[in-house]
Amino acid sequence: MPAAPVLRSTPLNAFHRALGARMVDFGGWDMPVQYSGIIDEHNAVRHAVGVFDVSHMGEIEIRGPEAARLTDFVTTNAVHKLKPGQAHYSGLLYEHGGFVDDILVHKVSDECYFLCVNASNQDKDFEHIAAHNHFDAVVENAGERYAQIAIQGPKARATLQKLTPVDLGAIKYYWFTDGEVSGAPARIAHTGYTGEDGFEIYVPPADAERMWKLVMHAGAEFGIKPCGLGARNTLRLEAKMALYGHEIDASISPLEADLGWIVKLDKGEFVGRDALLKQKESGIRRKLIGFEMRARGIGRDGYEVCLNGAPAGWVTSGGPAPSLNKNIGLCYLPTEQSVPGTSIQIMIRNQPVDAVTVETPFYKRAK
Amino acid sequence: MYPDNFRYTKEHEWVLADGDAGTIGITDHAQQELGDIVYVDLPKVGTRIDAGKSLGSVESVKAVSDIYSPVSGEITEINESLADAPEKLNTDPHGDAWLVKIRLSNLEEIQHLMSAADYQIYVGAEK
Repeated sequence: MPAAPVLRSTPLNAFHRALGARMVDFGGWDMPVQYSGIIDEHNAVRHAVGVFDVSHMGEIEIRGPEAARLTDFVTTNAVHKLKPGQAHYSGLLYEHGGFVDDILVHKVSDECYFLCVNASNQDKDFEHIAAHNHFDAVVENAGERYAQIAIQGPKARATLQKLTPVDLGAIKYYWFTDGEVSGAPARIAHTGYTGEDGFEIYVPPADAERMWKLVMHAGAEFGIKPCGLGARNTLRLEAKMALYGHEIDASISPLEADLGWIVKLDKGEFVGRDALLKQKESGIRRKLIGFEMRARGIGRDGYEVCLNGAPAGWVTSGGPAPSLNKNIGLCYLPTEQSVPGTSIQIMIRNQPVDAVTVETPFYKRAK
Repeated sequence: MYPDNFRYTKEHEWVLADGDAGTIGITDHAQQELGDIVYVDLPKVGTRIDAGKSLGSVESVKAVSDIYSPVSGEITEINESLADAPEKLNTDPHGDAWLVKIRLSNLEEIQHLMSAADYQIYVGAEK
């Protein structure tokens, strides 16, 4: 019998276990999937505030006089348009146009870009970027230097503000600032993966546990809850945010994934551009679309989707939407049918169950 | 925690038999493992089922879990209230949130299932 693989763990691992979190193997990482319950945690984030350990996420730094050129060359979004302190969502693509990963690019300065990447893709991403480094840039796999804690929800700002002299109200959405949180150096980003307002802070691993406790204490008056990956998934699905390995992977292009907005074809040469230009010319055959179940049943990841009884696509993510009281999901369908209002059937336990394609996001917070 | 008059399976179902009239549910351990239960799929009344075969499914936010019938027989009633309130399975799995009633076709099958004491040891050891 092969030995069980050794799971990687975050600096907060022992702490999660002591709190009674249920742990799972998430892409090789031993992570909390839930504490008090997925729906309870989900609701805390929608109505008050929740805190997530997302230290498994990877960080890659690109530095040097040609850092901008390399970052622009390996990503799909317009890096040259970022100002220092600004971040954007972007894609790392293969030459054939499929995703290596989806990432956040933060411009620290003209000569330093900070990438937040998916945990299980970190090494692959690093190698991919390094392989395309025909520039005078330094690429560093920096995951070990950061723990990441996400504070999300309408009371996230009020919670975090108690712990930092940085004026959080002055950080616009998808901007960040380097400052201090309770005396520790922290990169404070006004970003998130929940569809709710919130912040993600990058801190030294040695400070992670203290930081978590301080955040929990600061949020106590709002009813803050520790949240696991289960709630993170229901929250991001309602907000229609992609998850690598589900909506996107090496076989899917950003145009198919309805992520055309992160692709700037006119910005100049970048890895995957030629393939995307061809796709744009000839048209894509399939496209991501949201759906709602019409009949009883839950369409889940990997289930087949039918059009008039014939197989036509598959569910990438699906499940109950706690904020909407509906069963929702995302699926790939032939482009012509990938429009809201199409009647589809999801194959659940070999039975076709009625669903309908809908506009997304499923959930949008009130501004 | 686990009623003495129930019998239990390794797949975490229970059955309460009174002569050939049986009631089937999932155990408290099962609901804890599943987390928030959001959907229950049950067979139609009149369905004949063999012990160990799928009786339906219970779904939590994250996952689908098959339910296996502890005994053979014919389904005589299903718990309709679970369609609108599946979350009752999280709060009262041994009581109000029973799944189906069944007319047992082989009373001997009960003897092969675990007693409450054995099940308690079984779920203790599983951890």
